[in-house]
Amino acid sequence: MSVNGQSVSGDVEPRTLLVHFIRENLGLTGTHIGCETGYCGACTVHMNGTSIKSCSMLAVQADGAEISTIEGMADGDNLHPVQEGFWERHGLQCGYCTPGMIMQAAYLLEQDNAMSEDDIRHGLEGNLCRCTGYHNIVKAIEYAGAKMRGEEPAPAEWETSA
Amino acid sequence: MYPRPFEYIKAASLDDALAALNDNEGAKVLAGGMSLLQMMKLRLFSPPMVIDIGGIDGLGEINDNGDHISIGALATHNQVATSPLIQEHAEALAQAASWTGDVQVRNRGTCCGVMAHADTAADQTAAAIAVGATMVVRSAGGSREVAAHDFFVDALTSALEPNEILAELRIPKAGGASSYDKLGRRGGHSDYAVAGAAAWVSKSNGSIGDARIAVTGVGTKATLAAGSVEAILGSDGGADAIAAAADRATEGITVLEDLYGSEDYKAHLAKVFVRRALEQAIAKA
Amino acid sequence: MTATMGGTTTSAMGGIVRRKEDPALIRGQGRYVDDIKRNGELAAAFVRSPFAHATITNIDSSAALAMDGVRAVYTIGDVRHLGPLLAQVPVGKLRPLLADGVAKHVGEAVAMVVADSAAVAEDAAGAVVVDYDPLPAVIDLKEAAADTTKVHDDLDSNVLVTWVSHDWWPGVFDELEDHRPAIEEAKQRDDAVVVSLEMTNQRLIPVAIEPRAVLAEWSHGYGTVDLFSSTQIPHALAGAVAKTFGLTSHDVHVVAPEVGGGFGCKLNIYPDEILVTFASKALNRPVRWTETRREAAFSTIQGRGWVATATIVGTKDGEILGYELDGIADMGAYSQNFTVAIPVLGLYVAQGQYDIPLAWSIKCVATHTQTTDAYRGAGRPEAAYYVERIIDAYAREIGMDPAEVRKKNYFSADAFPATTAIGLTMDSGDYAMSMDALLEHAGYEALKAERDQARIEGRHVGIGISSYVEVCGFAPSVLAEFGFGWDHYGLPSSFSGSGLVRVNPDGSATVIIGTGPSGQGHKTTWAQVVHDQLGIDYDKIRVSHGDTAESPMGVGTFGSRSAAVDGAATFEAALKVKKRAADIVAHLLEAASEDVQFADGGAHISGSPGHKVTWAEIAEVAYKPHKGPDGMEAGLEAHAVFSPGNATWPFGSHLAMVEVDADTGNVEILKYIAVDDCGNRISPMLVDGQLHGGIAQGVGQAMFEEARYDEDGNLLSGSLVDYPLPTAGDLPSFDLTHTTTPTDVNPMGVKGIGEAGTIGSAQTIVNAVVDALAPLGVKHVDMPLRPRKVWAAIQEAKG
Repeated sequence: MSVNGQSVSGDVEPRTLLVHFIRENLGLTGTHIGCETGYCGACTVHMNGTSIKSCSMLAVQADGAEISTIEGMADGDNLHPVQEGFWERHGLQCGYCTPGMIMQAAYLLEQDNAMSEDDIRHGLEGNLCRCTGYHNIVKAIEYAGAKMRGEEPAPAEWETSA
Repeated sequence: MYPRPFEYIKAASLDDALAALNDNEGAKVLAGGMSLLQMMKLRLFSPPMVIDIGGIDGLGEINDNGDHISIGALATHNQVATSPLIQEHAEALAQAASWTGDVQVRNRGTCCGVMAHADTAADQTAAAIAVGATMVVRSAGGSREVAAHDFFVDALTSALEPNEILAELRIPKAGGASSYDKLGRRGGHSDYAVAGAAAWVSKSNGSIGDARIAVTGVGTKATLAAGSVEAILGSDGGADAIAAAADRATEGITVLEDLYGSEDYKAHLAKVFVRRALEQAIAKA
Repeated sequence: MTATMGGTTTSAMGGIVRRKEDPALIRGQGRYVDDIKRNGELAAAFVRSPFAHATITNIDSSAALAMDGVRAVYTIGDVRHLGPLLAQVPVGKLRPLLADGVAKHVGEAVAMVVADSAAVAEDAAGAVVVDYDPLPAVIDLKEAAADTTKVHDDLDSNVLVTWVSHDWWPGVFDELEDHRPAIEEAKQRDDAVVVSLEMTNQRLIPVAIEPRAVLAEWSHGYGTVDLFSSTQIPHALAGAVAKTFGLTSHDVHVVAPEVGGGFGCKLNIYPDEILVTFASKALNRPVRWTETRREAAFSTIQGRGWVATATIVGTKDGEILGYELDGIADMGAYSQNFTVAIPVLGLYVAQGQYDIPLAWSIKCVATHTQTTDAYRGAGRPEAAYYVERIIDAYAREIGMDPAEVRKKNYFSADAFPATTAIGLTMDSGDYAMSMDALLEHAGYEALKAERDQARIEGRHVGIGISSYVEVCGFAPSVLAEFGFGWDHYGLPSSFSGSGLVRVNPDGSATVIIGTGPSGQGHKTTWAQVVHDQLGIDYDKIRVSHGDTAESPMGVGTFGSRSAAVDGAATFEAALKVKKRAADIVAHLLEAASEDVQFADGGAHISGSPGHKVTWAEIAEVAYKPHKGPDGMEAGLEAHAVFSPGNATWPFGSHLAMVEVDADTGNVEILKYIAVDDCGNRISPMLVDGQLHGGIAQGVGQAMFEEARYDEDGNLLSGSLVDYPLPTAGDLPSFDLTHTTTPTDVNPMGVKGIGEAGTIGSAQTIVNAVVDALAPLGVKHVDMPLRPRKVWAAIQEAKG
């Protein structure tokens, strides 16, 4: 398979999950594990351009696929607009769900970079965050959407309120 | 969270998969894996062999075949939810698919996988019954067709024999209109159905000429609500007729309590959603 | 003082900066315990009891030990000499490191397997054969309190302690009045209205998204042990491991790297932390264990779990004559860190914001379930829930607006510092101002009109409000004498905060604090504090925490304490540095020290801004004393330990508007508005972030979450499939605003914000739902407001 544009290979037991292959064989530890039932979304990566949960796939199922992880999102010093949005709008606290959130948000915005707040919220239902109440995650994604549309993001709430 | 060890075969064709399935007792077919892998990770289920059909070409399509629409074994929930063909001819199924799991699950999980898994609280199973779907079942020995309302046998049990694969789901282009509505376990439309109902109706001469209604979440399987169908057939589809049909939502169905509701509550919800699904379908028909 | 950074305006106190924590985290480069590897690591897995109460008659490890890659299987006999697990408040039965002859709750660890990989360890754990002889279990709180079945044969009763408001700390608060007789008398008054409700504040599973993980590496050569743990209390863990293994605390090096959420559940010493250390020592290899999500329900503490009856007696015109709360709190089978002390934190704020007589009695009861301990709010959400729910019921009973009833009974602004019924002193507050701000900000009258119009249309819309007062910023050393304190971990450090500020020879600053954050943004906040005091560029301040080898002392992060205690310590350390630096600047610029001002990356003399030196120049002199004033002490760093004289008492007022689908019982939150007062805000952005998350957790309790046990003690909702957390789609955006009432307990006037949202929110939602259903006759629905329960309450009210 290719991961973040690099061809990778490895021999694994059939039972090796894609997330374990990414973390342990490739050492890309930005993809996290928060549950074992496919509910938390911390392991979200892109496979062939769609967002998937890498805990819910065997590594062997991804043979030949193109995988992108959080480590592939920034281009050197240039952050992906979603990464920038999370930083600018305080879209993260402990950071554990953040890579999955960013991958999911990037996928959503690739489908539609002018999503409504409601669509963003429902698009994130497979990604659990226990710190932020999602409030600033939504703001971060709206910031990124504006950037991707070439527009100036709305000012932060703390810039407009006392 | 590590599954027990198993043997893995990546099938190159459906025939290969069927042969492997025939030759290996206890082998399980892996498509999207949204249900199978979760059970394997929790070690609730540990098949000795997994046959991966995910790489087989041509199974992931939704096609217009003239008098019916064909949903391939690998077509995902997202494909079903967003397919203009499904939205036009089987809107209930598109709605049910759009409320299945979450975005990532809908990107990987398959409609046929949901049918084969036969969860008691799946959404698309009820919709498949309502839209009159036919399951095209393949085995090494040949092929057979099973009507959706006969396909779901019990909790997590479909009509599939151990050596069979659900290769395709066919939906007749029967006109009329369909709708699905539910209460999800997390509330609203989110997560598996506490209870849900799908309805398809076709009008003729101002009355309900044909109908199928199915409920999910309330018993062991998605089930045709025969009493409701009987009540709505031939009626004017007005509020009274809908109420009468809703009242019979669980007729002949053994309603079971679970973590998400008592028998009374589930029976009540079945009526609510039969009513809502019928209202929506009749309004569109 | 204002600086700019990356296009975002930055300043110190009250300013906005982008977080220092984020660049690594948004790139996936954050290092959590599971991302840290050691050569030759082994992995552990646990065999857990399927029974809530059972005698263990035999453990056969032979099949597991025969498997390839299995290194060891340990049972209690191997580790009994190390236990039981240490606790801060050792009341009740302390937890053995592994089940000792009898399993006392489902999921109790019975054996630990160590193998070459986590997968093999899990395989082998399944191959350990344990024979059990099941015994009767007691799960129900009332049955447990009645001692129908004993949890521990060697304890007199399942009731471990009963906290009573007028007699909670004999020897210190001996003169407290028992308000119970007066309240009973008030009930007999002709104009008395008595409203009473039994309400459950259900068991919760904390679910930090990062499961707990620990990696231990024992070095026989160095005589040390390195521990990486996902913990909120690294110093306490070092103390506990040192005490357990007979080391001194500096032989144990604990690192809490990035910690993926805590919420109190990582505020414990856990058996696994001791056991992997033991295994590492025994096997001479690093040993790792990471809990799975399902396992976490048994391997990590749970929270809440109260059933209590709240009673208000008042007049028909809204004067409250007394408030009683009598109930039972579930401790689980074993006492861990705080366990029986959690209800005391509720007692601290038992009467809420109301200047009313209080009679309070909570029994702490053992059951055959997982231990309960601190979960976000820890006792205070329970207390706020009961008083704020019953005051709403009282308002409804007398037909008065719930906001009016509250305002009529608040402590008045001029009562502060105010003394509570249990003898504590609340530092500062203006509760009516807070409620007025909420009502105005929310447009309360318009919302009520909107609700009433919806009702005419047949919709079930409701408005709920709640006041709350929190107690946090722990705090005074005297508390340690109550039993709260780290002495039992070999760390007699009380709750003091620690801050070390070092100006490096190049003029940058390193700040080392004693906290153990899990997302709160301490690196950002403390850099703001130091930047504000010293004027060193925000980008040149690096803050470090969670490493016991770096930090002189520490207590950790919990109880909304970090800013008010460690923050204050850092502030004082910065002041000490400032004083010494001022002498250097005065010497260099030939002026008086008193006239030196620090800003913009250096210092100048007051009144002549052009006359200045940079921090690099100041630092050079500090480390080359011959260039400085005669007799100058070389170096430029200071450490301060801060122990405030009191806790702090934040407060606020919340409002929610909901709509209920009466056909299904489904609840939708339409609006959520909050006014909070945490004193001065160092970082308004981070304060709001804490509130958002806190409110979401309260909403989670109100609507979604419950650790449900069956009568045999099986946990029915241990995975995220059955334990729904609120998702983005379930919540609205939150509308936050603030009032500012500083405290004089610490020099920055800050109070604390980590738990406020959770303490204010659950009852706000429930009050709104009850308001929505009041026209149908519903008076109460227990949390969580799952549709099935809401619907059942409607049916019951219909009769």
